[in-house]
Amino acid sequence: MRTALVTRPIDVAALAAEVGAPAHGALSLFVGTVRNVNDGRAVDGIEYNAYAPMAARELGEIAREAAARFGSAQIVIEHRTGFLALGEASVAIAVGHERRANAMDASRWIIEELKRRVPIWKLEHYADGTREWVAQGHA
Amino acid sequence: MITLDVLLFASYADAAGAASVRVLVADGARVADVVQAVRIAAPAIALPARPLVAINHRYASPEAVIGATDEVALIPPVAGG
Repeated sequence: MRTALVTRPIDVAALAAEVGAPAHGALSLFVGTVRNVNDGRAVDGIEYNAYAPMAARELGEIAREAAARFGSAQIVIEHRTGFLALGEASVAIAVGHERRANAMDASRWIIEELKRRVPIWKLEHYADGTREWVAQGHA
Repeated sequence: MITLDVLLFASYADAAGAASVRVLVADGARVADVVQAVRIAAPAIALPARPLVAINHRYASPEAVIGATDEVALIPPVAGG
């Protein structure tokens, strides 16, 4: 199990390799990426800002809870901060498990908990030059 | 009395024009008292009725008591992912 806040690009393939094991029948990989439109407004990129020590702690808590809830310690979560261009990965969650249902359920649960609890904020940069903090529920 | 530098982030930090706001609260003050002090010290932050507060990197209830050495932060609605 490993969780991290990173400022470099997320290496999705490396995350997948990290949770792989011969006993696994499934590897679930979720990647959140920067989208070009939000609420009808053209977006150029997103600046991710975190309360770093608390975000790191919450990510670790979520991974531990997911491991207990879904029966897998093969969990890696990385969330990136700083300015991200369109299409770049902001978050990646890799879960390895013997069973696909557990792997997929764990992955879904983790991203929903992350969005609900981890103190990270998005400053959207719009094509018209304006910037705005994304309100909860619009992520 | 306890002097606290309450940490601010994202929209709260922008509204206050600072990364923290200094408040003075009584010994034994609770989270709700600190929130009230921030409302007075930094009225530009449009705080919701019950803003999220973290003490030492954990979410805290409005009734939680603040210590002089605690790291207190106001957490705007989160939007990670």
